[in-house]
Amino acid sequence: MSSLPIPIPIPNIRIPRPVHPTGIWSWFTTIDHKRIGILYGITAFFLFLSGGVEATLMRLQLAGPELGIVSAAIYNQLFTMHGTTMIFLAIMPLSAAFFNYLIPLQIGARDVAFPRLNAFSYWTFLGGALMLKLSWIGGATDAGWFGYAPLTSIDQNPGKGIDFWIISLQILGIASLASAFNFIVTIINLRAPGMTWMRLPLFTWMTFITAILLVLAFPVITVALIELTFDRYFGFNFFNVANGGSVVLWQHLFWVFGHPEVYILILPAMGIVSEVLPVFSKKPLFGYATVVLAGVIIAFMGWMVWSHHMFTVGLGPVANTVFTITTMLIAVPTGIKMFNWIGTIWGGSIKLNTPMLFSLGFIAMFLIGGLSGVMHAVSAHDAQQQDTYFVPAHIHYVLFGGAIMAILSGIYYWFPKYSGKMYSEKEGKIHFWLMMIGQNVTFFPMHFVGLDGMPRRIYTYAEGMGWDLWNAVATAGVFILIAGFLVMINNLGRHWRNGPTAPSDPWDGRTLEWSISSPPPEHNFDEIPVVTALDDWWVTKQDSPNRAVPVSGGSGDETHDIHMPQASYWPFVVALGLFVGAYGVVFNDLIFPYLIAGIGLIITFIGVYSWSLEPVNDPE
Amino acid sequence: MLNFNKFKQVIPLLFVLTISMVLAGCYPEHNQSTFDASGPVAERQLNVFWWILAGAAIVFVLVEAVLAYSIIKYRRKDESETPKQTHGNAKLEFVWTSLPALMLIIIAIPTINTLFYAADPPKHALEQHTLKAIGHQWWFEFRYPSPNESDKEIVTANEVYIPVGYPVSIELDSVDVIHSFWVPKLAGKVDMVPAEGNTMWFEADEPGVYYGQCAEYCGDSHANMRFRVVAVPENEFNDWLIYQSTPATESADPLALEGKEVFKTAGCSGCHALKTVVNKGSKGRIGPNLAHVASRRHLAAGVLTNSEDGGLVNDSYLQENLRNWIQDPNSIKPGNIMAAQGVVYTNPDRKLTEGEISALVGYLTTLK
Repeated sequence: MSSLPIPIPIPNIRIPRPVHPTGIWSWFTTIDHKRIGILYGITAFFLFLSGGVEATLMRLQLAGPELGIVSAAIYNQLFTMHGTTMIFLAIMPLSAAFFNYLIPLQIGARDVAFPRLNAFSYWTFLGGALMLKLSWIGGATDAGWFGYAPLTSIDQNPGKGIDFWIISLQILGIASLASAFNFIVTIINLRAPGMTWMRLPLFTWMTFITAILLVLAFPVITVALIELTFDRYFGFNFFNVANGGSVVLWQHLFWVFGHPEVYILILPAMGIVSEVLPVFSKKPLFGYATVVLAGVIIAFMGWMVWSHHMFTVGLGPVANTVFTITTMLIAVPTGIKMFNWIGTIWGGSIKLNTPMLFSLGFIAMFLIGGLSGVMHAVSAHDAQQQDTYFVPAHIHYVLFGGAIMAILSGIYYWFPKYSGKMYSEKEGKIHFWLMMIGQNVTFFPMHFVGLDGMPRRIYTYAEGMGWDLWNAVATAGVFILIAGFLVMINNLGRHWRNGPTAPSDPWDGRTLEWSISSPPPEHNFDEIPVVTALDDWWVTKQDSPNRAVPVSGGSGDETHDIHMPQASYWPFVVALGLFVGAYGVVFNDLIFPYLIAGIGLIITFIGVYSWSLEPVNDPE
Repeated sequence: MLNFNKFKQVIPLLFVLTISMVLAGCYPEHNQSTFDASGPVAERQLNVFWWILAGAAIVFVLVEAVLAYSIIKYRRKDESETPKQTHGNAKLEFVWTSLPALMLIIIAIPTINTLFYAADPPKHALEQHTLKAIGHQWWFEFRYPSPNESDKEIVTANEVYIPVGYPVSIELDSVDVIHSFWVPKLAGKVDMVPAEGNTMWFEADEPGVYYGQCAEYCGDSHANMRFRVVAVPENEFNDWLIYQSTPATESADPLALEGKEVFKTAGCSGCHALKTVVNKGSKGRIGPNLAHVASRRHLAAGVLTNSEDGGLVNDSYLQENLRNWIQDPNSIKPGNIMAAQGVVYTNPDRKLTEGEISALVGYLTTLK
């Protein structure tokens, strides 16, 4: 400060740090990555259920021809909100829950690199999610999750729904970016001694790649949304063809973001499966280096295929040829992963516990989604498939049969670790079979009606088109899925409270998180482990089979020397400021133009200011 | 020991049985089935699909079989056993990288070939068969070059005729949002992008009524944006063109004359034209052209059927549909512009009386 010519008076804001080890307040101020992970997981699971309710209403409406369960306007909001919810509010944060909980444990660290930023990511995500879902009051967005211009223009869509969609996506983008930077820095800098890149657990590798994709992809959608905001709020003409704008510009921007986004959704799932299969086969992952490299190639090539979402836009046969070839090529590294997974279980000692069943189910179902993906890549026939029910069939095999199955596998696999309890295997297996039957009954018929000419995003269809039977079957399948999730909620909910206590390493695990107690203590590792091999924990156990599994907290006084970052109010305050400000942008004409937005900005500013002055640890 | 020879006989039988059940058995009428290609473009596209389906089926069966086999074969029998810790196999991994790549190259060739085939109309496509299709929320406007005057076009809506056995090139456009022009049995879809347009072509092998539907989500009544392409022999097509280029014969029926008056006073004529010939490239009207509305098989863009079986128009069906449509357009096509902006719907003082509706229905029925 002394180097400044004019001394700037810095107000000495001294709000005592939060000291709530337990209770509701401790959750608002926590910066423990494990608690934040649990917050992410539970929030995202409820949002996933809300997306499921939206899907169920749509399926009821389509159960037969010309039904009137919901109106056209509501139906269009349902499919828009269902897509946006499942992608941004369910699968992405469910993956984030695993990143948060597991990455420090897997790399042998005590927390993430920026613990307060991590808390900020969660609260900002929650704000964006609430904002989007609350837009059901007064009419949600109805332009599709892809928001094609000019349906989102102020002329076509004067309501607040689109504004809510734009602004909440921007808020969610801030949360995702903060989180992605955090994990990139954490994985680069906080690995335990000896944890080289080629000894990283596969899930950590896929998280790292996903985080890089997030950092590169989100700015594109941010720009697109800012342009749309300017069009809607200030009469700009980015997407207004009457004044020389282009509606195809939006599509390019959206899919340059949107296709890497698909890999943001599926790579963490692939990481989970790559953890579960070796453990329950008692074998290392087959071709570790190849699987890592395949992930990197998928992430890289994910940037070269966006126009396969636009084969019918009229970019011409030359452009379509290029994107046909790149899209077909991306099937090769995906195939490599599939074959390496099968190579992992081949010759293994397979135990069919619930997590393993879900991972094997992932392979079986994701294969179908992959193959129908190659069918889309065959662009000549994609002209027939595009925007028909064949595409929802494909994405649900990729995102439900793929991402959700893998996430469920992860939820069961790490359940002993994060809850400290064991679930019921029998009920887990019932859940698995209900999922397998339910998803195939629901989603497979969509292939048939799609190729039979049923467009997607229609709220009704005429009798006698031949679509009645398979639509009724698909709707029936939803109830099998609902039954499955009820079994799961009952199983996990009940056992999280009163289940038998979990040992620290129930599955004979291979990675470091299984070397510490279940659940781990706040500081994770009593001593930072020294890593000597890939699957270090497994190797340790093999070398000294009689070595006792270390139990944390039992080793006496050295825990006192561990300095953990202290809890803080400010991440929550900053996130609150963004939330208030975002509402203020949507309702910018209340009382005084942009009044509420201004209040939000002030709250944000106070939060950031106090945060930056707050030391990581108060001096003792 | 299983008898594999017996299995060999049963498997293809089961396969054929399943496929035929799926494709045919359960479908009463499949008016928009992509499997029932009725023109060269759709046929070529379908052929590519059979290629990829065959490839995908092989991969599917192989991978799922190996997966199932290894799950069964390598189930854990003894908790204490530790399998051999193999870390990989470079040769094997090379094989399963290059084999899929090779398969994809094989499939890419017919794909790209067909892509170029479908992109440009063949050289023998006739200029007088060039159809303009313009997307509106939520109906289709069609225009053909006038056979008599080179600077004029003939306008119709939601039902268009094409000559059998001739390639028809289509110029696509949209006046509002993005729509997509799709007649599954004739060709894959191409989007109607405002200000950018697009071109495509198709040809019908057989006479018939082909179903079309908008395939790009375009707002509230996207589901209710349908159309029909009627393929007829060339001479019938030429007759239709001439017929479309002249207005319907005036009727002397008093109810129709009263309806004609209502059509003007109620504001219908503000958006719906009765003229059939317009200047080339002129801007279309807000609502569909009604010059020959009573000759069309459907009303409200393919939503209401004016006949018992989708065939030629039955007047009693037509009158019922017209009445329902005029009374409450929103119940048939939610969000439509007529109900939102038509003065007889927005201003309660000018609401149509029963008598006026009957007169309008009577008049419109004469527009054969």
